[in-house]
Amino acid sequence: MSLIRDNASVLASAIAEGEVSSEEVTRAHLDRIAAVDERVHAFLHVDSDGAIAAAKRVDAKRAAGEKLGPLAGVPLALKDVLAMKGQPTTAGSKILEGWIPPYDAAVVERLRAADIIILGKTNMDEFAMGSSTEHSAYGPTHNPWDLDRIPGGSGGGSAAALAAFEAPLAIGTDTGGSIRQPAAVTATVGVKPTYGAVPRYGLIALASSLDQVGPCARNVLDTALLHAAIAGHDARDSTSINAPVPDVVAAALNADVRGMKVGLVRELSGAGYQAGVQQRFDEAVAILTELGAEVIEVSCPHFEYALAAYYLILPSECSSNLARFDGMRYGLRVGDDGSRSVEEVMALTREAGFGPEVKRRIMIGTYALSSGYYDAYYGQAQKVRTLITRDFTEAFEKVDVLISPTAPTTAFKIGEKVDDPVAMYLNDIATIPVNLAGNCAMSLPIGLAPEDGLPVGLQIMAPPMGDDRLYRAGAAVEAALVDRWGHLLIEEAPAL
Amino acid sequence: MKTVPFEEALTRYEPVIGLEVHVELGTQSKMFCSCSTNFGAEPNTQVCPVCLALPGAMPVANRAAIESIIRIGLALNCSIAEWCRMARKNYFYPDMPKDYQISQYDEPICTDGYLDVTVDGKVVRVEIERVHMEEDTGKLTHSGGATGRIHGADYSVVDYNRAGIPLVEIVTKTVVGTGALAPAVARAYVAEIRDLMRALGVSDVKMEEGSLRCDANLSLNRPGDPWGTRTETKNVNSLRSVERAVRFEIERQAAVLDDGGRVHQETRHFQEGDGTTAPGRSKEQAEDYRYFPEPDLVPIAPSREWVEELRLTLPELPSVRRARLAEAWVIGEFEMATLVNAGILDIVEETVAAGVAPDAARKWWSGEFTRAASERGVEPADLPVTSADIARVEELIASGALNDKLARQVFEAVLAGEGSPDEVVAARGLAVVSDDGPLLEAIDAALAEQPDVAEKIRSGKLQAAGAIVGAVMKTTRGQADAGRVRELLLERLGVEG
Repeated sequence: MSLIRDNASVLASAIAEGEVSSEEVTRAHLDRIAAVDERVHAFLHVDSDGAIAAAKRVDAKRAAGEKLGPLAGVPLALKDVLAMKGQPTTAGSKILEGWIPPYDAAVVERLRAADIIILGKTNMDEFAMGSSTEHSAYGPTHNPWDLDRIPGGSGGGSAAALAAFEAPLAIGTDTGGSIRQPAAVTATVGVKPTYGAVPRYGLIALASSLDQVGPCARNVLDTALLHAAIAGHDARDSTSINAPVPDVVAAALNADVRGMKVGLVRELSGAGYQAGVQQRFDEAVAILTELGAEVIEVSCPHFEYALAAYYLILPSECSSNLARFDGMRYGLRVGDDGSRSVEEVMALTREAGFGPEVKRRIMIGTYALSSGYYDAYYGQAQKVRTLITRDFTEAFEKVDVLISPTAPTTAFKIGEKVDDPVAMYLNDIATIPVNLAGNCAMSLPIGLAPEDGLPVGLQIMAPPMGDDRLYRAGAAVEAALVDRWGHLLIEEAPAL
Repeated sequence: MKTVPFEEALTRYEPVIGLEVHVELGTQSKMFCSCSTNFGAEPNTQVCPVCLALPGAMPVANRAAIESIIRIGLALNCSIAEWCRMARKNYFYPDMPKDYQISQYDEPICTDGYLDVTVDGKVVRVEIERVHMEEDTGKLTHSGGATGRIHGADYSVVDYNRAGIPLVEIVTKTVVGTGALAPAVARAYVAEIRDLMRALGVSDVKMEEGSLRCDANLSLNRPGDPWGTRTETKNVNSLRSVERAVRFEIERQAAVLDDGGRVHQETRHFQEGDGTTAPGRSKEQAEDYRYFPEPDLVPIAPSREWVEELRLTLPELPSVRRARLAEAWVIGEFEMATLVNAGILDIVEETVAAGVAPDAARKWWSGEFTRAASERGVEPADLPVTSADIARVEELIASGALNDKLARQVFEAVLAGEGSPDEVVAARGLAVVSDDGPLLEAIDAALAEQPDVAEKIRSGKLQAAGAIVGAVMKTTRGQADAGRVRELLLERLGVEG
């Protein structure tokens, strides 16, 4: 076995069987991080001591004959947007440099309870604003498939950590595609669960009505196991759904799409999609048909307004969510030399602490919420949101899942789009509708684009609380591809 | 500052008032987290990630607070929304950890109610526009600088214990046509709100601790003209201040208008010291709070069944109750107001229910016990004396076993923890001396000491008898029945009473 290349479920059973200790697995990953992360820059902070201590506790539990969870002892990379007690948590921003949370996010509590080993915090676009991880205040993350290219964003660090074999599991957050687009461009698997399925308590908010924490891994089953570990109601999040979590693990093990109705979203392919992306997507459609699914074309006419609505709702909410970073209670404080007023210190702190993309969105949001503009912008965007939700509802009356390419292109070059915000925003054109409607979606690898040899992702979308459907369909496609290739696509990533 | 005498101002202008009352709810925990709401704790000890707005923390609405505001709305005859949302009010200020306040904007939970208040026997209906839920801010203390305000201070410190305490804002519609009664109506309204909150048991409504706060809006217009520009006076921290603030603004605005000036739309601060108001933040350019629905909270959707259940928990309205008790006790508006303002109406009612005559119950509570309570710094109702104790002492007085003076001594001992009235009477040997023998001895001794007084009495100057009675009471350490002493004295001197 390979301690760093094997899947999480394989490692977990090896640990449970005593074939290897969690400490050995954890040290192997820490060594791997030490060897490659200088080039990848997936991590902002590695908690070696904490990880080894946690691994030793798992080994001690096993030695004592205690029952272990299905992912016990397996290492994980945590996106730096989740509060973790005692560990730096920056959300990729200078404004939170040096802040050490005094509490754990609900998801971190659950990871600890599941005996999953948290290796450290991964890089991200500042406050999760971006599709390339270039907007991190701590420098970009590099795509392990081609170090000159972006690993997607905002969760590029988590996806790159998986693709670089620095961790077999990762946590991401997805506000407009920040789990799925990085998964697509790194040949990993990522799921944005139903809004409210995973508690947000402790997640540093970008846009509260869109944000969702989700699982990332290198295959569908590992993703499902992690999903099961973090999902479920938490009373500290008012928007958390108080209902049983769909059995995603059973669905991942039941890779059967016979009789499943699959809708191909007409508005999310064709013009604007890279030829190789379209080609691999068409092949995935063929595979689904071969596997016995019934694929039909479905129209979601309001999706064309999704990007515009999203870029009003998100900035509006984030302009308010980010107000608290004012230098008064934590993080950066600038200009407090005794000569300046509190307003001046707040303004100087925010001027120095926020990057250009964050400032851009705060300004857009502040404008969109202003009296006299609210109805035309925020109000109108909410109406579009309702129409998009209705498109989904109508589509799911006809089909069980919807599919599209996850992203219109493969990974672009670092620096290529950083000065063109709209081109950057267009990367999320296929992923955003799901966030606006609050339902769930997965991205999984379906091959390399012939023209550039870079990974392409398939997006599967399901109705709210239909997360299990993602895993059933995703596992079926994955199994068919592994049959064809003899291995997961990630195995073809160049050696680092 | 130039002013016009109040009565004169009212000959030319009509006042329009509007009142915003903030009530801090007396819930155990804060509005959006489980921190304690106790007043007076060490600064920043009743805080958590949520009320400090640490990154990632999220609010969850306190059900007890929602229940309280619905009960308040029902008591104020409001409609209760079937579905409404909290909203974010965005502005930067260091006393507000999130730099937005979770409040309500265009979807208040209670709307369109009213409250009747009585002033000088006249009933004024104050219409309520809305009652909404929000959270309190932290408390800033400014050090240095002359004004005690943030500008000009050397530094400021902030205590977030208060941040997130549930706050209910009750906003009236404009109240017109009150004329010279405007200041009294404002005061009576706030007093009525206070009594109502107390009756509902939703707040301790202590203006001095800030759990009831009032902003008074006032404008003047000439009869027949449209309403004038209003000012909003804050820092009005007592009922008396409410009345004074409204009165002063009438006098001040009248002077401005008389001079052909225009009133600035602004926030003013009431100055306790001289009863004036001073300008604060200018509201000429209305601040843009960029309200939008709070996405971290699910909507509030109280079921009709729940609302009706809560309606059944409403107490008798304070005004109805006061009228009922005033009639039963045969007292007037003024006496009733005294009991209410002293905060002893409940305990007097309880004492009467224990069998004590209303006059006696009022006398004990507004005299002896109010004094004792203020000496100890507690509420009268919290004194260690029960209605049953008072009833027993009154029995002893009625039977002649105690007189007033002795009764007071009994209560002193009861308050000092020496036991029940019977135990005190027994232990201290407090009893009216009813045997004539010792009294006659004492009378003879007193007469011998003051022969001139004895002579006066004999000559018919009966008012001089008091000196001898007093001397006898002194010798018997108050344990004599003064009436009996007087009888015996007059008998002794052969004078007709």
